[in-house]
Amino acid sequence: MKREDAINLVLLLALLATPFIAQAMGETFTVTLVTRITILALAAVGLNIALGLGGLVSFGHAAFFGIGGYAAGILASHAMSGEPMLFGFEGSNQMPVVWLAAAIAAGVVSLAIGAISLRTSGVYFIMITLAFAQMVYYFAISWPAYGGEDGLSIVLRNAFPGVNTMRPMEFFLVCFGVLLAALIFSALLRSSRFGAALQAVRQNEVRVASIGISPMPIRLTAFVLSAMITAVAGALYADLNRFVSPSMLSWHMSGELIVLIILGGTGRLMAPVAGAALFVVLEFWLGGITERWQFFLGLILLATVLFARGGVIGLLAGKERHG
Amino acid sequence: MAEPVLAIRDLRKSFGALKATDGVSIDLYPGEIHALIGPNGAGKSTLIHQICGTLRQDSGQIRLAGQEIGTRTVAERARLGLGRTFQISSLAGEFSALRNVMLAVQAGQGSSFRFFKPVMHDRALTEAAMERLERVGLAARAHVPASELSHGEKRQLEIAIALALDVKAFLLDEPMAGMGPEGSKVLTGFLDRLRQEAPILLVEHDMDAVFALADRISVLVYGRVIATGTVDEIRNDPAVRTAYLGDHA
Ligand SMILES: Nc1ncnc2c1ncn2[C@@H]1O[C@H](COP(=O)(O)OP(=O)(O)OP(=O)(O)O)[C@@H](O)[C@H]1O
Ligand SMILES: [Mg+2]
Repeated sequence: MKREDAINLVLLLALLATPFIAQAMGETFTVTLVTRITILALAAVGLNIALGLGGLVSFGHAAFFGIGGYAAGILASHAMSGEPMLFGFEGSNQMPVVWLAAAIAAGVVSLAIGAISLRTSGVYFIMITLAFAQMVYYFAISWPAYGGEDGLSIVLRNAFPGVNTMRPMEFFLVCFGVLLAALIFSALLRSSRFGAALQAVRQNEVRVASIGISPMPIRLTAFVLSAMITAVAGALYADLNRFVSPSMLSWHMSGELIVLIILGGTGRLMAPVAGAALFVVLEFWLGGITERWQFFLGLILLATVLFARGGVIGLLAGKERHG
Repeated sequence: MAEPVLAIRDLRKSFGALKATDGVSIDLYPGEIHALIGPNGAGKSTLIHQICGTLRQDSGQIRLAGQEIGTRTVAERARLGLGRTFQISSLAGEFSALRNVMLAVQAGQGSSFRFFKPVMHDRALTEAAMERLERVGLAARAHVPASELSHGEKRQLEIAIALALDVKAFLLDEPMAGMGPEGSKVLTGFLDRLRQEAPILLVEHDMDAVFALADRISVLVYGRVIATGTVDEIRNDPAVRTAYLGDHA
């Protein structure tokens, strides 16, 4: 086994074991904290496909995270009230249905956003994805039917067959299962033909075109896949908090996801998990000590960018090697 | 004579007031190496860029195997069989030499939308790529990241990549640049064999290599072709001697 694989396995097992240990010690809050890590990691697994593999610095992934959250909230509220929504559909409180809806909605929106923003690159791409996300944000704020600025409560967490999702431990296991599936998908993707083309497009776009691979369809596909995964994370996040609000769509959220990945090690398979764990733990511990915890987060981020480009995974596993 | 593989007709391109390409017509026939020479700033690279599509011409036609390609994208032209090598930049510097060639094999098969099968277990890719690396003598360095290859090895890798594609015409812009005399000699021998794969439009300042390899030479000065002919005709052309060759001939 390669060193990085071993480290990845240890990280995953630690993530899985912590809630069990915490619960045995009566620390139920820790279970919720680890669930938060798991969901943020899932969102970042999505972003890591665009950002890490494709080099697409999307500053608008909060839009997809929030769309997922609203998909969960809106479907649940209709299932609760029995009021039909679009096409007479009566909503749903089943997670698989919610996830599918979240992924499809984000898929459609990201296809439109991607088709336009991927014509630009560099700072322009960052700005245009931010602009689109802000449009979605203001749309949500000014849409009174689903709570507007106040957001939307989810009375009961959406259900998963055979699971009581209101129990923190069982909800965590559902989230962990989805994260695991996304990580496996991400691992397969990066070693596939598509993954090879995507990573090459990041490294040298002109050169890749000159061997006959058009960069645009490759990038757009990556962007859409990335958005769909992040949307499923958003749906879980809404269920975790039993609440969706426009803050899930705000640019802070987009920034947070980018920060997670940089801390974890941009492009590395497990960067989202390592980064999310570090981020949430810092937020919790530092946040308990000082209200200015984000200042220290900034310092750590700066140190990472200047001295440890590979992030946590890079420090633990060394430089990435491609076959 | 046979039909030209690559036919350029009355191509024009201006940068502001500067006519970088001023009515250029060039034919590339099967099996030949056609050298394009001329002083610095004559517009050789600009011409290559227009042929491969990284620059759009103002007017004129470019035909590859009888098909007009002048309005196509870079990737479309490559898929139609235009093979270009690059001076310094690698395809994917972080990838090993082998994976670079594998990517080219994959591109040649037109199959980049496969999401699940790991490429390293895909023998259709690895074996075809390894075979190309062996042909250019780079097999021993297959697992070295492309960015860590020496200057000469990067050129060999570029050729291996070109061999993995189904190329109808090669465009080589100064392949000898920065190579020592020993490296130039090896590469000259290699290009001599490469012309059997597909004809080559060769931009080169190294006159020894040009005179050794070229079947025909076109001389470009200020964006215009001032002469086209065999090596002997060009060497003895008085206009060419004053414009470019000087004491080389
Ligand atoms: N993008 C551009 N914008 C403006 N002028 C350009 C551009 N590209 C090239 N030129 C100009 O066009 C002319 C032709 O340049 P080109 O690079 O094609 O010459 P070349 O024959 O390849 O020279 P060399 O032998 O030095 O490589 C030069 O005067 C150059 O300054
Ligand atoms: Mg040049």
